[in-house]
Amino acid sequence: MIAYIIRRLIATVPVMGVVAIFVFSLLYIAPGDPAAVIAGDLATPQDIARIHAQLGLDEPFLARFGRWLWGVLHGDLGISIFTNLPVTRLIAQRLEPTAVLTIATMIVAIAVAIPIGVVAAWKAGSWIDRAVMGFAVLGFSLPAFVLAYLLILVFAVELGWLPVQGYVSFREGVVPFLRHLVLPSLTLGFIYAALIARITRASMLEVLSQDYIRTAQAKGLATRDVLIGHALKNAAVPIVTVIGIGVALLISGVIVTETVFAIPGLGRLTVDAILRRDYPIIQGVILLFSGVFVLVNLLVDISYTLLDPRVRY
Amino acid sequence: MTAISREDMAGGAPAAAAPGFVREAVRRHPTMVLGGAILLAAAFVALAAPYLGTVDPQALSPIRRLKPPSEQYWFGTDMLGRDLYSRTIYGTRVSLIVGFGVAFLSTAVGLAIGLVTGLNRVADAIVMRVMDGLMAIPSVLLAIALMALTRASLGNVVFAITVAEVPRVTRLVRGVVLTLRERPFVEAAVASGTGFFRLLSRHILPNTVAPVLVQGTYICASAMITEAILSFIGAGTPPNIPSWGNVMADGRSLFQVAPYLVIFPAIFLSLTVLAVNLVGDGLRDALDPRLARRM
Repeated sequence: MIAYIIRRLIATVPVMGVVAIFVFSLLYIAPGDPAAVIAGDLATPQDIARIHAQLGLDEPFLARFGRWLWGVLHGDLGISIFTNLPVTRLIAQRLEPTAVLTIATMIVAIAVAIPIGVVAAWKAGSWIDRAVMGFAVLGFSLPAFVLAYLLILVFAVELGWLPVQGYVSFREGVVPFLRHLVLPSLTLGFIYAALIARITRASMLEVLSQDYIRTAQAKGLATRDVLIGHALKNAAVPIVTVIGIGVALLISGVIVTETVFAIPGLGRLTVDAILRRDYPIIQGVILLFSGVFVLVNLLVDISYTLLDPRVRY
Repeated sequence: MTAISREDMAGGAPAAAAPGFVREAVRRHPTMVLGGAILLAAAFVALAAPYLGTVDPQALSPIRRLKPPSEQYWFGTDMLGRDLYSRTIYGTRVSLIVGFGVAFLSTAVGLAIGLVTGLNRVADAIVMRVMDGLMAIPSVLLAIALMALTRASLGNVVFAITVAEVPRVTRLVRGVVLTLRERPFVEAAVASGTGFFRLLSRHILPNTVAPVLVQGTYICASAMITEAILSFIGAGTPPNIPSWGNVMADGRSLFQVAPYLVIFPAIFLSLTVLAVNLVGDGLRDALDPRLARRM
C-alpha cells in the first residue's frame, strides 16, 4: 500500500515536469520584452540592458529555466507585469471564492449525480432512465455560460429570487453567502454532474448483470442493500476515476462562471491576465490548476486500493 | 425564430421524399437523424449566409441601437446598431469551421502520433510523457495559454484548440494499437512476413477508424464550446469576425435590459453542439454495439 502510494507519487514528477517546461516556455517565447515593460516608457536602452542583466534575461534557456524552477519550488511565482505585485500574493487573495465555489459544487454534484445514475441503471429503460440520459446529453451540449444566462434570466431577473451576480464571503453572513453561491454552483456543476451520472449508470448496468447480484437478490436482500452494498461498491472504480478526470471540467468552467457572475476568484484573475498579457500570472494560474488536477487524480489512484483490493501493483 | 423553422424545413425536406432506407434510418436512430438534420441545416445556413435576408453583420448604425426583435430586425440590434440576426447567422461559419477544423486536424495528428507510439517502444516512452504532461493542463486553460501568445485570429483559435485535443486522440489510438498488437490476426500477419506498412494499412489502421471517428465528433462538439468560451472571454475569434461567443460577450453587459442579445446566439450554439453530440452518440451505438448496450 505505502509502496504503491510512493510509486504513484513519483509518477507525478515527470508529468508536473512537462507542465513546468510548457509553462516556462510560455514566458520564454512570449512576444514583447519584460525588461522594457518593467523599465517603463521613459527608459533608456541602458536602463533596459541593466534590468536585462538583473533578471538574467540574457542567460541561456536551461539556466533561466533552472532558476525559475528553483523559485517556483520555493513558492516564488514571479512578479505580475501589470500590478508589480508577487503572483503568489495575487493568487492567495483570489483563492477563497474559487475554492469555496468548486468544492461546494463538487460535493453537491456528486451527491446528486451518483443516486440518479444508480436509479437510472436500476430502472433501465424507464422514463426515469430516459430523463437521466436526456439530462446527460443536455449537460454536454449546454455551454456553461449559456446555462448561466438562462438561470440568471429565470431566477434572478424574472423571479427575483436570487442575486444576479457577485460574491459574498461567508464571514459576512451565511444566508447572503449561500444565496450568491446557488446560481454559479448550478452553472458549474451541471456538466460535471451529467458526466458522473452517465458513468454511474453505465458502470452500474455492467455490474447489475453479474451473477452475484442475482444471488444477492435471490437470497432475499433488500433492494437498497443490493444496489449500494453489492452493486455500487463494485461499480465504484470508473465512477471515482471520472470524478477525478472531471475536475478539468470544473477548472475550465470556473473561468467562465466567474466571468459571468462577476466573482473575484482565480478564474477572473486568469481572464484579466489574458486580456493584459500578464504572463507571470498566467503561468502561476496554470501551474496551480494543473497541480490541483494532478493531485486530485493522484488521490483517485490511491483510492483504488481502498475500493478494489485487487489493485496492488 | 423564423430562421429556425426555415432550417428545419431545409433539413427535413429530403426525408419526406425519401426512399425506404432513410425511413429505416429514422426509425432505428431517430436522435442521430435529428442531429444530422440540424447539422446539415447549420451547414446550409453557413454557406448561404449572405442570401438569407442578412445585411453586413459589421455595419454600424447608431440611430438603430438596441432595437428589440421585430419584423424588420428579427433578432433585434445591439448597442452599436448592428443587426443581431445577421451576426448570429454569420457566426455559424466560425463554429462550423472551428468544430470540424479542429476535429479533422486533431484526429489526423493524434492518429499519426498514436500509431507511432503504439508500435515503437522508444517513441512511446518519450512521447507519452509529454502527452501526460499536456493532459494535466485542463484543455480550455491550455488553449487560453496558447492564445495569449499569439494574436487573435481564426487560424490561431483552430491551432490552439487542436493542440489541446491531440493528447486525448493520441492516448485513444495508442490504446487501440496496443490491444491490436496482441490479437491473433495481427500476430498471424507478422508471422507470415507482412511488411510494416502493409501491416499498418491493412490490419491496424482500419481498426482504429471507428473509435477515432466517434472521438472526432465529440472533439468537434467540445471545440465549438471551447471556441465560444475563448471568444466570450475575449481571447478567441477577433471582434471583426462575428462568432456566437463574441456576440454573446458584446451583449453581456446589457443582458438584463436586452436579454435577446445573448439568448439568440446561445440557442444557435447549444442546438449545434447538441446536434454534433447526437450524431456522435448515434455513431458510437452503430459502430460499437457492445458500448451501445452499456452507455
